[in-house]
Amino acid sequence: MRAGFVIRKCIGAVSTLAFVVVFNFFLFRIVNRDPVNSMFRGRNLKPEKLAELRQKFNLDGSKWDQFVAYVRQLLHGDLGYSLKGFRPVATVIGETLWPTVLLVGSSTILAMIGITLGYRAGWRRGSTFDTTATSMSMLTYSMPEFWIGMVFLGLFSAKLGWFPVGGLEDPGSNATGLSQWIDQLHHMMLPAIVLGLAYVGEYMIVARSAMIETLNEDYLQLARAKGMRDDEVRRRHAVPNARLPVVSLSAINFGFIFGGAIAVESIFSWPGIGQATYLAVRGPDLPMLQGLFLLISAGVILANLVADLLYGKLDPRVAGR
Amino acid sequence: MNVEVETESLASPWSIRWSRRRASTAEIARRIRRDRLAVVAVVVLVGFIVLAIVTPWISDRADFNAINTGDNPTNQSPNGDYLLGTDRYGRSVALQLIWGARVSLFVGLVATVLTIVIGVLVGLAAGFFGGWIDGLLMRITDWFLVIPFLPTAIVLASVLERSLWTVVLVIGITSWPSAARLVRSQVLSIRQRLYVDRARSLGAGRLHVVGRHILPNVTPLILASATLAVPISILTETTLSFLGLGDSTSISWGGMLDQAQQSSAVTAGHWWYYLPPGIAIMIVVLTFTIFGRALEEVLDPRLRAR
Repeated sequence: MRAGFVIRKCIGAVSTLAFVVVFNFFLFRIVNRDPVNSMFRGRNLKPEKLAELRQKFNLDGSKWDQFVAYVRQLLHGDLGYSLKGFRPVATVIGETLWPTVLLVGSSTILAMIGITLGYRAGWRRGSTFDTTATSMSMLTYSMPEFWIGMVFLGLFSAKLGWFPVGGLEDPGSNATGLSQWIDQLHHMMLPAIVLGLAYVGEYMIVARSAMIETLNEDYLQLARAKGMRDDEVRRRHAVPNARLPVVSLSAINFGFIFGGAIAVESIFSWPGIGQATYLAVRGPDLPMLQGLFLLISAGVILANLVADLLYGKLDPRVAGR
Repeated sequence: MNVEVETESLASPWSIRWSRRRASTAEIARRIRRDRLAVVAVVVLVGFIVLAIVTPWISDRADFNAINTGDNPTNQSPNGDYLLGTDRYGRSVALQLIWGARVSLFVGLVATVLTIVIGVLVGLAAGFFGGWIDGLLMRITDWFLVIPFLPTAIVLASVLERSLWTVVLVIGITSWPSAARLVRSQVLSIRQRLYVDRARSLGAGRLHVVGRHILPNVTPLILASATLAVPISILTETTLSFLGLGDSTSISWGGMLDQAQQSSAVTAGHWWYYLPPGIAIMIVVLTFTIFGRALEEVLDPRLRAR
């Protein structure tokens, strides 16, 4: 991989992040005509208290001064204050980070089963396996992920009692070590399966069409002529070439899974970034929402950068240019 | 073949154009008719659309007003009086379901039109002007493609006023980039074609080339991608309404799911409250997807060849 390629991709990621910062400021301070009022709506405040809050939330001065102050704050890792208890946004997000990483990580791994399914479906195009897998993925694609969550919660938790109805662990539990892990895993199982199921179809479709693209390539013909078994041709020659589109779409899907986590976490009261976003929307707690949006975007931009670099590593033609 | 050409040359240019258009539309319809599943999807969709249009004549929206529901039983399971039971305010779930179709279809279709209009304008401008305009527009498109779709829609909807038009606007602003990319790549390939060169050498201006050669060529692909964008718009509207960012004065499927969640219908076992709206969304999204894919297969020669 050329250094120029890596640098170009990094600059692209940084420019996207800069765009998000400007967009974020623009939304909350300019599109939103009266930030002071919409932030403290419905709270009966004395004028001197209001002035103090304006100072604290950096709402005085010209828009340009506010923007400069906002960027300076960000560079110091300061995301402002949540309206709920006036705690620093960064602290609140820090507490919710781990549960979400755990949930989104495990559901992504589950959803990636779709890649294998897609390769097999594409390889045997038109077979019963292919039609079944394709129809199932269209079906899961058509359902809002949080609704799948509601149905599963109603069936497996409320009715059958197999899983707890929500939360990170049993309330009042003081278990530690292994038993705490098992308890959390038990709580995470259902939301992770729901999120995984909601996105397994997308991975499948992408992998399937990538496989179909490679089906007519000459090198597959050659491999068969050499007398390789069908299974081996698929694994050694077709799959490696079908891998490229899957890598770049994985990063895009990562953003979608994050989006899906917002509603799914709120269904299962999973104390992560998704539920925090849900609560911030409901509040409304605009400073919190602003911080969450910035953080989620940064995470997705980073995932895209990793995917781009991986793509360059897998396909030297891209990185060489 | 020869005979056909001759009869065409005798007719006026207008009638040739119309007969060709009629023929190609008939061809598309014929190909779609061969796909059984697509036919079923179209029938279901037309059913939903008709239902959504006639709703105000077959039922009274006032039935949902608190003043009229005060005496109704609350949280009733389905029975003879209420086919799908009632919610916590005693409103009929079946009636809400019918009214909800209006919002989903309206937002789904209008937001898609907005998405496609923005996408086509950006894609045409980028592909046709090239140079720094292309560079700038594609940079912006990339930014919008990378930043996560739903969180962006959520923050946008949070700072704007709550209304159906806000939902439409938010979906339009967040989902145009893929249409823009599609149109741009098509324009780039079409403007290399010989007939565009010929038109230009005959003195055709930019507007003529775009209007007469490029736009008619990209229209089929735009149509197919628009049909596939409708389900995304419907799902986004559902999610925004579920999060409380929709129009609180109108009844929508996402709003019904929100109400169900707020009244803990899931843990209370009130399945008639949250199952029907979800199933309705699933059917509408599925039928649009099936129809859109069938259309894409017919209109996109690259897919047809396979």
